[in-house]
Amino acid sequence: MLKGEQLSFRYSPHHSWVLQDFNIQIAPSEIVGLLGPSGFGKTTVGKLLAGYLAPTSGSVTVEGQPLPTRGSCPVQLVFQHPELAMNPRWRIRQVLAEGQSPAPELLQALSIDSSWLSRWTHELSGGELQRIAVARSLNAHTRYLIADEMTAMLDANTQALIWQAVLDYVRQHEIGMLVISHEAPLLKRVCDRIIHIE
Amino acid sequence: MLTVQNLSVSFTQYDTGLTQKQLTVITDLDLHVNAREVVAVVGSSGSGKSLLAHAVLGILPHNAQISGTILFKGEPLTRQRQASLRGKAIALIPQSISYLDPLMPVGRQVHQAARRAGVATTDIRQRVDHTFSRYELASTVKQQYPFQVSGGMARRVLVATAAVGQADLIIADEPTPGLHPDLVAETLNHLRQLASAGKGVILITHDLEAALQVADKVAVFYAGTTLEIAIAEDFVNGNLRHPYTQALWRSLPQNEFIPVPGAQPNPDALPDGCLFSDRCPLVTDACLTERPSLRLVRGAPVRCIHAEG
Ligand code: SF4
Repeated sequence: MLKGEQLSFRYSPHHSWVLQDFNIQIAPSEIVGLLGPSGFGKTTVGKLLAGYLAPTSGSVTVEGQPLPTRGSCPVQLVFQHPELAMNPRWRIRQVLAEGQSPAPELLQALSIDSSWLSRWTHELSGGELQRIAVARSLNAHTRYLIADEMTAMLDANTQALIWQAVLDYVRQHEIGMLVISHEAPLLKRVCDRIIHIE
Repeated sequence: MLTVQNLSVSFTQYDTGLTQKQLTVITDLDLHVNAREVVAVVGSSGSGKSLLAHAVLGILPHNAQISGTILFKGEPLTRQRQASLRGKAIALIPQSISYLDPLMPVGRQVHQAARRAGVATTDIRQRVDHTFSRYELASTVKQQYPFQVSGGMARRVLVATAAVGQADLIIADEPTPGLHPDLVAETLNHLRQLASAGKGVILITHDLEAALQVADKVAVFYAGTTLEIAIAEDFVNGNLRHPYTQALWRSLPQNEFIPVPGAQPNPDALPDGCLFSDRCPLVTDACLTERPSLRLVRGAPVRCIHAEG
């Protein structure tokens, strides 16, 4: 179980709260949606759960343990802009290696072409790069995946392609997911349950 | 108002060392926009949809090689003509607030846009005020800097900079990037109203759903070409002609959510035949020999030799 308990966050005591007393639980194999307007701390929830930010108060645990501070994190985050999550001086092969060589079936399901591996990140389109980011995040250590507007900037076909690959993989590996989006039809399609933040 | 015919754009790129790569980013692209019409240009990233906007506005980089025809009001759109029409008869609604000058209050920027558009000096102030109230922007917003205006407000400021002049053709480049549905609806509504006021509007977007909410016609771009220019109703009525357009519609989460596998071909290695041939379920040998030309099927242009009437 991935658990966030009484999560509160602000940048400093001089800032206002971005998030206050937020509770969430995601079971292995469960796909939970988080729907709500921008500015309501959805992205912060994702970052706290993946360890990108430390909560001002409250706790995040995975199977009862705090998130590890070193090594590969069992909670992975994929967000809207893959180019910001990649070293621009690396070739795609190196970017993928960060994910400890993803399974060939996954690369195939994502239609990642082997000719992309020798390219620089700026030579791939947004949709192609996001496939790489997804492949990198689904490695052997991943137990939970947070998808924060993962396909918000992609065309419908690429969106469906990435989602079908991810859904197959998480079902097979009993990975739990949090899907942050403001696209209700997408959440309805992929989630077991949806949390509305108002 | 605007006619784009057989437009091709390519860049010569130097790879590591001296090897040259020819990147064909737009291939035989066609588009037609009338006054009072919203034409959506829908495609994935890398389909050439933003480059089309740059080609029409005449802001492609200088190493771009361009061929084909662009007509605006029946006359060829040369570089000189583009330079004199840009911001006047042809205006852009940019993608994000980052296109504005971060050091200048937004009121002054709308003011400048009006002046650039050729609004008479004596009328500018009134026109700016009118535009602000038209887009429900409080006049206090004028003094704010771009970073100070909220997301929804920023959208309206961007529309205001294009609408303050008297442009006949408005190009909105990805105006609803990852916005909340209410904001998407508001922005699309503004585009519709600009068309109702007699302008031609091009809506460039990755978001087919958004396009269908407002567009009269939807031009589907793929690997730098126009595969089909469908009437918006064709989508819901099952009247689509091109296998890719059909796949795009099928892949929406509210429909079947089934994608076609694969990816767009790379601009440095385009196939000789149909650009969609390596992913098309209906491909035959005849599709591989030459690029299908645009032909009318059930009243709309489509680039597929097997599309049926
Ligand atoms: S021309 Fe052939 S390959 Fe291209 S879309 Fe039509 S059927 Fe498919």
